[in-house]
Amino acid sequence: MVQMTMGKALNAGLRQAMRDDDKVVLMGEDIGTLGGVFRITDGLLDEFGKQRVIDTPLAESGIVGTAVGLAFRGYRPVVEIQFDGFIYPAFDQIVSQVAKLHYRTQGRVKMPITIRVPWAGGIGAAEHHSESNEAYFVHTAGLRVIAVSDPQDAYRCLQQAIASDDPVIFFEPKRLYHHKGEVDLDASLADAPPMGLARIVRPGTDATVITYGAMVRTALDAAEAAQDEGISLEVIDLRSLSPIDYDTVAAAVRRTGRVVVAHEASREAGVAAEVIASITERCFEYLEAAPLRVTGHDIPYPPAKLEKFHLPDLDRILDAVDRVMDRPNSLSEATDAKGTER
Amino acid sequence: MSPHTTPIVDTENDLTERIIAPDGSRLSNPQLDRYVEDVDFQTLRDLHRDMVVVRRIDSEGVALQRQGQLGLWAPCNGQEAAQVGTARALEKRDYVFPSYRETGVMYARGAAPGDYARMWRGEEGSAYDPDALRIAPLQIIIGAQTLHAVGYGMGIMHDGADEVAVSYFGDGATSQGDVNEAMVFASSYRTPVVFVCQNNHWAISEPVGLQSQYPLAGRAPGFGIPSMRVDGNDVLACLAAMRWALEHARSGKGPAYLEAVTYRMGPHTTADDPKRYRDDAELARWRERDPIARLEAHLRAAGELPQEHLDAVQAEADAVARDMRAATIGMVTRPALAVFDGVYAEPHSGIERQRAEYAAYLAAYEEA
Repeated sequence: MVQMTMGKALNAGLRQAMRDDDKVVLMGEDIGTLGGVFRITDGLLDEFGKQRVIDTPLAESGIVGTAVGLAFRGYRPVVEIQFDGFIYPAFDQIVSQVAKLHYRTQGRVKMPITIRVPWAGGIGAAEHHSESNEAYFVHTAGLRVIAVSDPQDAYRCLQQAIASDDPVIFFEPKRLYHHKGEVDLDASLADAPPMGLARIVRPGTDATVITYGAMVRTALDAAEAAQDEGISLEVIDLRSLSPIDYDTVAAAVRRTGRVVVAHEASREAGVAAEVIASITERCFEYLEAAPLRVTGHDIPYPPAKLEKFHLPDLDRILDAVDRVMDRPNSLSEATDAKGTER
Repeated sequence: MSPHTTPIVDTENDLTERIIAPDGSRLSNPQLDRYVEDVDFQTLRDLHRDMVVVRRIDSEGVALQRQGQLGLWAPCNGQEAAQVGTARALEKRDYVFPSYRETGVMYARGAAPGDYARMWRGEEGSAYDPDALRIAPLQIIIGAQTLHAVGYGMGIMHDGADEVAVSYFGDGATSQGDVNEAMVFASSYRTPVVFVCQNNHWAISEPVGLQSQYPLAGRAPGFGIPSMRVDGNDVLACLAAMRWALEHARSGKGPAYLEAVTYRMGPHTTADDPKRYRDDAELARWRERDPIARLEAHLRAAGELPQEHLDAVQAEADAVARDMRAATIGMVTRPALAVFDGVYAEPHSGIERQRAEYAAYLAAYEEA
């Protein structure tokens, strides 16, 4: 076990994947000499050469589209999209080509492409640098969508994504790039949990908070605070957004009966909506209260000075917990005054 | 606003490279002649046969659509020389990334009778086994496949292989970002790729002048890619130009670009009506440049078009069409649960759950 940041863990994961399989090639803007704007590919050009660490022209559709051609030829391209908001020019190649070619060809053509996306907000970045756009990709059949939340998981999941014969959208929370944790670089990948499984990062008995990405840290902080008030919160890190591990989710809901789903992305038709709909389909009779969402607002991502008002924080999660537990909360006074039912 | 008429659409004074004139006479072409020195009359008759068969496949496709056997068909009538001429220059090991109109290329690569119809009938997303023909699935998104060819070419370079990736696309595609990005990548990495733009003058109802105010082949040099504008209705010139382009790409010099100037005689697809957007006079002018008639005139003038050849070609075309029709009508639609097949390469709990739910629903329905 070694202490390292998520950024270093991702770097180590890429290095290991490239050593394991010489068909793995990296592509993206500035990933070579510079080592990527977040230095996730630092040092890989020196070790593997420019045939395998490919600095590309500044053209996102071009990067993903040429990765498709490389996959046709048996390569396993790992593409870096420099920032979440820059993925849209590549959207057609991702959803119309990468996602569909295996299906269109009845499995004859595989698209083992990993699309790494430095993702989501909380770092005070410029416009188009903080977006949580995972729902677009979760909605697209043929893609797998992964969002990691700690260095150990980042190290393993990235290698699993690269080894997968399916295309994977791999979201890396920028806010956690410098977050440190224990990483076991020597453990066999075969023993690691598959990337499609959710994990309970904190057990609890009163309510379940379901989240992913950087919000896992926020949810853990909320659980710590709730503990002080005598509330036992369970926190589930979904890890995989496509597929979502509903076996783990439903088992948790059956234990606690109360659910809050939290994410940074906007609310309308987001991942939380899907999770809650699926929970009500599967275990409605176990629910003690209507499941709630704590999400970003349905607004364009706001300027940096305002993002703290957009991103769910510890208090908003605790307020939702209070609501599902029927404790005094932000709606109590208003609704009571009107005498209306919550 | 409407586009100006440019030399692109000026068929009277075009400056395309050709070897056989529209009246069938043989011209001297200092640039191209050396690439077809080996082409004898028998080879020309083979090219003639190819074009006649492709036109017959195409007309059968239209007929099958009209009879409700195909959902749609994208005719290539008029473009036989551009497709057959360029495709016959390829080696088996080369890999093609086509659009949806490349019936002649499919034929030249050895497509089976059903391969022409399977996708248009709506049975499968891909018409054929890509590895068997070394053709990627027909591409509907305009220009997307040009990037795939360049990426494949990057793979060829990495492998040190003696192969070329080829992408076919139309004049409309040249307006797409992907096609321009493909040229940037191909040029920057010097990938072994040949871009074949079939300028058939119409992107559904939009004339080529709306896509470009400059000959399309003239754009490529701006990317550092050598190009040639070739008469797309002269099969011999198309063969020669493609040999030049392939030689360039194979020799490690990077990509090459062809603009084959041709004409789509029919509609964009069986779903549209060209009478709404182009006049009969234009069609009549292009009919005089018909690629099959041109080669026949050339062979006839040389006394090299015996009736036995014409009879044999007609018999072969009819047989191919008959086989295509039989294969089409004989296609068996896969069972309901096949809609879930191949979404993912590895198990995916979401899709598996939906498959199980649908299977249970179907089973209950059958029991009821």
